[in-house]
Amino acid sequence: MRWLVGLKQLQELGILGMNCRNIDFIGRYNRRSLYQLVDDKLRTKELAKRHGIPMPRLLFTLKEQHRVKHIGNLLESMSEFVIKPCKGSGGKGILVIGGREGEFFVKSSGAKLTLQDIQRHMSNILAGLHSLAGTPDTVMIEERIELDGRFEGYSYQGIPDLRVIVFQGYPVMAMLRLATRDSDGKANLHQGAVGVGLDLATGQCLNAVQRTLPLQRHPDTGKAFTDIEVPNWRELLVLTSRCYEMTGLGYLGTDIILDRQRGPLLLELNARPGLSIQVACGFGLLPRLRRVESLRKKHACAEDRVAYALSVLGAMNGKHATEMAP
Amino acid sequence: MTSRKLFHCIVALLILAGIGLGWLRHSRMGIPFLPGTHRPVWLAEARIDFIAQGEPVTVSLDLPDNPPGFSIFSEQAASPGYGFSILDNKGLRRGEWSIRYASGPQTLYYKLQVIPIPRGKTDEGGPPAEIEPIYWNAPEALAAGQLLEKAYAMSSSPESMTRELIKLLNKPEPGQNAALLLGETPLAPLLAKLLNYARIPTRIVLGLRLEDGRRNQQLSPLIEIHDGRHWRQFDPLTGVEGVPDDFLLWHQDGQSLLEVRGASHSTIRFAMMRQSIAATQLPYAVGDRSPLAFLGPQSLPVEEQNMLRMLLILPLGALVVVFMRIMVGVRSSGTFMPILIALSFLQTTLLPGLPSFVAIVALGLLLRGYLSRLNLLLVARIATIVIIVIFIILFSSLLGYQLGFNTGMTVAFFPIIIIAWTIERMSILWEDEGSREVLVQGGGSLLVAVLAYLLMRWPLMVHLSFHFPEINLITVALILMMGNYTGYKLSELRRFRALFPRLGP
Repeated sequence: MRWLVGLKQLQELGILGMNCRNIDFIGRYNRRSLYQLVDDKLRTKELAKRHGIPMPRLLFTLKEQHRVKHIGNLLESMSEFVIKPCKGSGGKGILVIGGREGEFFVKSSGAKLTLQDIQRHMSNILAGLHSLAGTPDTVMIEERIELDGRFEGYSYQGIPDLRVIVFQGYPVMAMLRLATRDSDGKANLHQGAVGVGLDLATGQCLNAVQRTLPLQRHPDTGKAFTDIEVPNWRELLVLTSRCYEMTGLGYLGTDIILDRQRGPLLLELNARPGLSIQVACGFGLLPRLRRVESLRKKHACAEDRVAYALSVLGAMNGKHATEMAP
Repeated sequence: MTSRKLFHCIVALLILAGIGLGWLRHSRMGIPFLPGTHRPVWLAEARIDFIAQGEPVTVSLDLPDNPPGFSIFSEQAASPGYGFSILDNKGLRRGEWSIRYASGPQTLYYKLQVIPIPRGKTDEGGPPAEIEPIYWNAPEALAAGQLLEKAYAMSSSPESMTRELIKLLNKPEPGQNAALLLGETPLAPLLAKLLNYARIPTRIVLGLRLEDGRRNQQLSPLIEIHDGRHWRQFDPLTGVEGVPDDFLLWHQDGQSLLEVRGASHSTIRFAMMRQSIAATQLPYAVGDRSPLAFLGPQSLPVEEQNMLRMLLILPLGALVVVFMRIMVGVRSSGTFMPILIALSFLQTTLLPGLPSFVAIVALGLLLRGYLSRLNLLLVARIATIVIIVIFIILFSSLLGYQLGFNTGMTVAFFPIIIIAWTIERMSILWEDEGSREVLVQGGGSLLVAVLAYLLMRWPLMVHLSFHFPEINLITVALILMMGNYTGYKLSELRRFRALFPRLGP
């Protein structure tokens, strides 16, 4: 009967479970027809351009297999770029090239790839290997993001990215995802990346976990997490909040990346954001979601919503979560 | 919230419909809820012996038509050299054997299997015909008159008079009158004659008293009188009214039981035996034409039945998948791939099936690993894997055969495309998420497949899903209910276990 007690505890912590997320939030607030806006990164880019939301610059796209053969000419002059599948999910199929070494393309991990390797990767993407439903896909080649200096040393190889859950336009929970050697430079928590829960009110570190184990320092770089503070927190949240108007999706995962020059950029959106963010933060999403649901009059503009999130939702941390739930 | 109410109504309706229809089928058609139930069947055999005299022979035997309390399950005639046909004259059936030439002792058999059923309203036959005049010789007439007078005085109605008369004739020391009459005529015909003489329409019916393992039996008579509204039956020995439960009514109408033309010394004897038969075979054999029987898969030819058996068991597999994914939270590769794997296990059985499936997929994964270096397009890669899988199956079958296991062959039952697709998915998973995820999802798929297999092979479930297709309405209702479950999955206990210590007292 220990598991019954466990289920009760999950409930007391206000943890959002998979079934509840699918039925009560994704099912209720995300119209199916809007999914394509976020599942296809090209459409997201177009949409973001219209709404003035900054994203990494698109260099070019590739739609046909036969063009893969001649891709060498296009890549000749480029040393830093990112190859992505248009309809990929969870960071699948993303290849980051950080430099050139003669004939070779050097991955951010230091591994050397030949032009053929790159071509095979593109051809796989076009055939739909990484796309959501296995359907044929398009290759995007984007500019490479330059890491904001303040995050130097927090991520092994990859670039740290910020995940903010936005519910009906209100940012409700945030975390920083840091790649590790264990996660092969990828920022997915279930692959072993470190999740750093952020205080919604301040953007400071609350708590960090790797594969459900709490930790204080980065396992590869040894840098302490406690002094992490995301700069321009309020502006960053406003950026995520505006994605609600942009897509119309009520329950949204926004991935933000901090560029040295351009500041926060929207990396991608997710209509079915994962639940691990709760482990990183150390408390459940449910009380905050219910709080937003209970608002009789929602704030019309993103700045007001962020103000509400910073003051009210941000105060619902940790143990107080259940007590403050309406 | 009306949509929720509607939802609950639909679920309740589905469950009620499933249970209701199942119960109806059970009670109306007698399909048992448990597999392996047997029901008694009586095998009755009529044996006709006669001596043919070298000329054309026609033998005509009255056959049971619609015996009350029994349902005819099968009948056949065994008679080498004889033509046999059943003549149906307005519901009165006679079996007729014929042969152009026969000589010497001959034996004909007629076999009948009947199933006891609840006694419904008996088919009474029409109203009595006009009573034909009865002739006695003088002493008989006097004796009959006195006997009837005595019975008449002690009774108030045709049936009580019948009872009194039976008592008078069956006394240990019958009076002079009774003794005189019984000396001339056997008991049953005498009773019929007396009652008809008293203007009570009476006839004799013949039937078989069913007792296990009896041979050389004769049909025993019952007296039927018409009381003005119904025919009522009496035992001519005891006077007990009604047809006994073990009495198989064989011969009712006025015609003779057995007619033999062209031969002599004809005799008829009966033998009977109690057998049992799988209850599920009965209702259809009996030829039920109710809408329920029409909607049962059993009305189809056997080949289609076997396919349907497979289809009808599938929803249970789906139920297992839904339960394992929603309530338990097992991750499997492909939503319903486990059902297909379970279906293949149904063909191969678990023991050779599971290890060979794992072996083939593992081998395929190894080869697929090499394939990924060849830089092929996705479709071509899957097609190549299909062919590789065919070769693996071919070799394991050959190897198995040479080593003397015939289990090698059962591998061929796995649908090729299921294996190929599993290999492809697993290898993509390997590249994207690493080997751990392959083990988790592959193991999850196999676990779900094995559970689905065990449920789909459970004889009770096989029986219920096939004979009561409406049970799947309940399955749908359960799936709908689970589709609405917003609670935690069991696996989420593990997933969020890092959060527990924080709770504290």
